[in-house]
Amino acid sequence: MTKGNTAVPKVFYTQPDGTERVVEAEAGDSVMQAAVRNGVPGILAQCGGSLSCATCHVFLDERHADDFPPVSEDEDDMLDVAATDREDNSRLSCQLVLTEGQEVHVAIPETQL
Amino acid sequence: MSTGHLLVIGAGQAGAQLVSSARELGWAGPITLVGHEPHAPYGRPPLSKAYLRGEVDAGGLALRSNAFYAEQRVELVVGDRVTHVDLAVGEAVAESGRRWTFDRLALATGAEPRRLDLEGSDLDGVVVLRDVADAAALTRRLSEVSDLVVIGGGFIGLEVAATAAATGVRATVVEAGQSLMNRVVSPDTAAVVEAEHRAAGIQVLTGTRPLRLHGDGAVRAVELEDGTELAADLVLVGIGARPRDDLARAAGLCCDGGVVVDELSLASDGRTVAVGDCANLPDPTPGAVPGRRLRLESVDNAIEQAKVAARTLTGDPRPYRSVPWFWSDQGALKLQTAGLAGADDDVVVRTGTRAGQHVALRYRGEQLVAVECVNAPADFLVVRKALATNRTLPRDVAADTGVSLKKLLR
Repeated sequence: MTKGNTAVPKVFYTQPDGTERVVEAEAGDSVMQAAVRNGVPGILAQCGGSLSCATCHVFLDERHADDFPPVSEDEDDMLDVAATDREDNSRLSCQLVLTEGQEVHVAIPETQL
Repeated sequence: MSTGHLLVIGAGQAGAQLVSSARELGWAGPITLVGHEPHAPYGRPPLSKAYLRGEVDAGGLALRSNAFYAEQRVELVVGDRVTHVDLAVGEAVAESGRRWTFDRLALATGAEPRRLDLEGSDLDGVVVLRDVADAAALTRRLSEVSDLVVIGGGFIGLEVAATAAATGVRATVVEAGQSLMNRVVSPDTAAVVEAEHRAAGIQVLTGTRPLRLHGDGAVRAVELEDGTELAADLVLVGIGARPRDDLARAAGLCCDGGVVVDELSLASDGRTVAVGDCANLPDPTPGAVPGRRLRLESVDNAIEQAKVAARTLTGDPRPYRSVPWFWSDQGALKLQTAGLAGADDDVVVRTGTRAGQHVALRYRGEQLVAVECVNAPADFLVVRKALATNRTLPRDVAADTGVSLKKLLR
């Protein structure tokens, strides 16, 4: 992973079929917002990021596990009932706020509903 | 068919979703999205919360990036209002004089806040909250006032009251009904929410209405029907919204408190689609009473109905079937509801597993029809899914808070 001080954050989204799309985000955006604003399919974010819907579920690449705040109690509860079964690296992408220069790899699950 | 020009009037949540989904589903022709506000489509829910607190600015509310519209070949026209539509010719005219011909038309014109029609309601400091300009003005005023009176104990009013109270403004909510969020949640859930607001220092007055507003240029007080006078240097009116269906009506489309559409989102001409807050639609709930119509003012409906319309436009029509859901973040309260309960439906209250949680299940006879949750998002999701898949939960079991909903419904 490369980290620079001035570069915009980049998010690499891998779809269930293996295709990857890179999005240049802005610091302060969440991984969810960067996806929705740029039309990356598979992240629905029905509630717009208020931790109410669990439709922005992603699998966060293990190498970034410590780059974000840990899973909160609400997020934990909601991941338990996400449409695609959770795994150890499951996160709700609205809770993954990007910082400058960050590069993040996430995989999008089969279904969000 | 989908090589023609698609004109979408209204650049809010529904309009933005419609252009995105139409493109994704294969609409190949040009798409134009016209909005009257001077902003690209943005999300409104934060306007009464994070935006008022200064945690997000107008740019941060954007629903899509500027690059998105270019990449998706969507011409975005902002700050212009379509004033006339000729459906027979397929032409729309805007305030600026701009004209567009179109092959298919989509109306996503939204709703506008109802105003108070009382003596003094035109005083300075009597405001509504709908768009980012309203929110900017409200933010500025909130930093200057000491006494906020909110007329109407619905989602928006309570969200603003909670936000204001947290910054030290004295807030009073005046609700005409016997409980807050009348017709939207059960009295049981309303009581939980009311107690929380009272604990946060908000004065809540139910079963009473404003009679007139006093002031000299600027508002100074709200007089209630019972004679009570409430000091007020800011009054937020949150008494619901009226669908913007004037354009559709003038174009000859059937309107009845909203643009009347069928379950494919088609208006009465069988070609125009209407989506979001402006639409009067058949109840999309699985198993709903046939013929029941309603309007749904929610992000959920704006998105889901727009997807239905996009399928209709791209030649893969599928009837709208969905459990409507709503959320409202009020201070520390996260209220979520799914399903449409009536006043006659029974309430089964479960206590949550954690302090501060509240879950109310609504039953029509033995059938589970809706759920109301406070600070219980996981329970909410489980029950919403059960409703969507037409599963029920025996009432006696539902009341047993020793068993988790997740275990019962998964």
